[in-house]
Amino acid sequence: MTSTNLAFFSNDSIYACLVIFTIAFFAHTFEVSWSVRNSSETDRTEFDFSKTQRAGRVGTAMMILGFIVLGVAVITRGLSAHRVPWGNMYEFSITGALMLTAAYLFAFTKYKVRWLGLPVSISVLLTLGTAITVLYRPSAPLVPALKSPWLAIHVLAAIISGGVFLVANLVAATFLIMERYELKGERPAWAQRIPSLDSLDQLSYRLIAFVFPLWTFAIIAGAIWAESAWGKYWGWDPKETWAFITWVAYAAYLHARVTVGWRGRKAAWLCIFAGSTFLFNYIYVNIWGTGLHTYSGL
Amino acid sequence: MTTNKSGAPDIGLVGLLRWAWRQLTSMRTALILLMLLGVAAIPGSLFPQRNQNPQKVDSYFTTDPTLAKWMDRLHLFNVYASPWFSAIYLLLFLSLIGCVLPRTFHHLKAIGKKPPLTPRNLDRMEGYRIVSTDSEIALGVAKKWLKENHFRIRVEGDSISAEKGYSRETGNLMFHLSLILILVGVALGSLFGMKGEAILNVGDRFINTPTSYDNITFGKFQGQGSLVPFSLTATNFVATYDPVTSEPSNYVLTTSIANPIGTSAKTVIIKVNKPWTSGSTKVYLQANGYSPFVTVRDKSGNITFQGPVIFLPQDSNLSSLGAIKIPDMTPQIGFIASFIPTAGSSEARGIFSTYPEVLDPRLVLSAWQGNLGLDSGNPQSVYSLDTSKMRKIGLKALTLGSTYNFGAGSITFDGWKPWVNLQIVDDPGKMYALFGAIFAILGLLISLFTRQRRIWVKVGNGVEIAGLAKNGIPGLAEELTALTRALVDAKGESE
Repeated sequence: MTSTNLAFFSNDSIYACLVIFTIAFFAHTFEVSWSVRNSSETDRTEFDFSKTQRAGRVGTAMMILGFIVLGVAVITRGLSAHRVPWGNMYEFSITGALMLTAAYLFAFTKYKVRWLGLPVSISVLLTLGTAITVLYRPSAPLVPALKSPWLAIHVLAAIISGGVFLVANLVAATFLIMERYELKGERPAWAQRIPSLDSLDQLSYRLIAFVFPLWTFAIIAGAIWAESAWGKYWGWDPKETWAFITWVAYAAYLHARVTVGWRGRKAAWLCIFAGSTFLFNYIYVNIWGTGLHTYSGL
Repeated sequence: MTTNKSGAPDIGLVGLLRWAWRQLTSMRTALILLMLLGVAAIPGSLFPQRNQNPQKVDSYFTTDPTLAKWMDRLHLFNVYASPWFSAIYLLLFLSLIGCVLPRTFHHLKAIGKKPPLTPRNLDRMEGYRIVSTDSEIALGVAKKWLKENHFRIRVEGDSISAEKGYSRETGNLMFHLSLILILVGVALGSLFGMKGEAILNVGDRFINTPTSYDNITFGKFQGQGSLVPFSLTATNFVATYDPVTSEPSNYVLTTSIANPIGTSAKTVIIKVNKPWTSGSTKVYLQANGYSPFVTVRDKSGNITFQGPVIFLPQDSNLSSLGAIKIPDMTPQIGFIASFIPTAGSSEARGIFSTYPEVLDPRLVLSAWQGNLGLDSGNPQSVYSLDTSKMRKIGLKALTLGSTYNFGAGSITFDGWKPWVNLQIVDDPGKMYALFGAIFAILGLLISLFTRQRRIWVKVGNGVEIAGLAKNGIPGLAEELTALTRALVDAKGESE
């Protein structure tokens, strides 16, 4: 296939992914909503997930299929431009969505996390939808500043970190919602299969402890690259500044947990705050910010 | 100890200093300073910074001078070199040293020591259980199991105290000491380094002395004579562009470098991600543009000026703006000019550039006559014309090779040369920063993935075991279960 054909094929695959993840999303909503049952004994709404097991399986199958097709889309995008597919915000977004799906499927093989399928599929849908409509750029060679092996290393580390930060944020948000329910009384039936508060708390901590060194590495790899491209390893470019702020926020989170002993609600809020500094960096600085990290519009 | 009237102990100056030091080096203060540093970094990313975007800073001063003046007083246009930002990171630096060094000494002493004694009441510890096993062989079996699992062991009478994961603190300290090393590298770079920029027409030679630079800054302790004595001739520069998007796809600068000057020159290719290096000095290709080549003659045909004039690019298609000044004509002549690499035109925009490469160039001139103001003593930009004492005498767009006769003389558009902006940086501290960064990551990995925990085994009232995991790290329960199984299995074997 020629470069142009490959680029079109990649775009078509993204549209196919939109359909696949939509099916996954509906399968997961169906799984929750059709399992409702009015208990005759207690006169309360109960959820019987055994009734909608098939829908759940369809959802998971679609997540796997979506992962494969999205992977093909990302790879063909890279092949069409003869480089790693991390040159602009459109490409960051589709790769980020791929990482998010991968993180979910990886967790799925180890833990019972089908409950995460609903938030993950909607996040992927929103990311891909914004990517193909707003952020889309035709496949093109890189501007000279991006021609470096560090592109693959620095950007991949940043994208993986971002994906894991977002999952940690989803988990922390789930913690806060579940905690509210439990403070008022009991969790609603649909939320029964979501893990205990303690497990959620531990899960978000483990995700962050796992990815914090990677994020540190992403910043350092960026600094090494900046040294060879811009002449100084740290220049307080807006993107660098916010990467540093995110780093400080997660460092504070880890200290708060390990040395001060923060758990539960306080830790969850700090986690969400730190995650939002990352999102702010990705969205605000890329689109409205100025600085050396802004290439080719987006 | 004396007490003053208010009843508080009079601790004196030394006491006060000691108290202040203890406050500063507490973990809480270090954390607050760290957060504060993050918050203090925000304004610098929201407002334009003078060293990154001076034009935008100037626009603040023109739109609202009063506000801009106040913002300037608060150092909002120069956040990262401001006193308040420096104050925060210097305090953090001190706090970090005061926090980490004593811990390091403490840890070094603790490394050789045995684990602490078994507590008297094991039943208060995590995972406490009484294992039904043969108490005769229990200690031996437990000792063997703990050794196999790399625990440090202290046998004291009828009990074993075991500990594992000392490297957690080692990694933790390594991380924080590495951060100090990074800060040392940054400080060395700013005190002993230099940074400068020079614009060079292709064909010209650059000699690395302070006067060759357009701007140059030295670190506080960097001598001006310490520049690497090289000379660099820009022999060729090629920029390639994507024909569809007009975006640059490659810049290649071919140079001929003699280092030190006078030795035989070598051909060196410099690209955006490939600087030329000599020791801790690097030469970067940072920007490029065009210098139109013009010849100006007076009425009688004598050449009053000839040469390339550096113009500054204004957009991605490299429309470039500059000034041509002829002080040697009376009255003096000046041109405000724009160089269009590939001309296109429309009703609304007039002549504009459609492509960054030179395919169909134009030189659009407005000619001015009067006093250039060069003798006023005020420094003047070479890229703009001070027209306050001049009057406009004409306007003309020239194609390549054509001449414009402006009455008092003529100007010919002979050709063009590309120019490159070289950035020359000497940072002797960056290796320290790099090693600091590498050790920081290693330390972080060690400290985050090592689990520190203790296990105790005590024989007396049956065989009791219990443990303690630092910071509630998971995994201890599994380990205790495994130890229990080993003890129970041993009983089966001995029977």
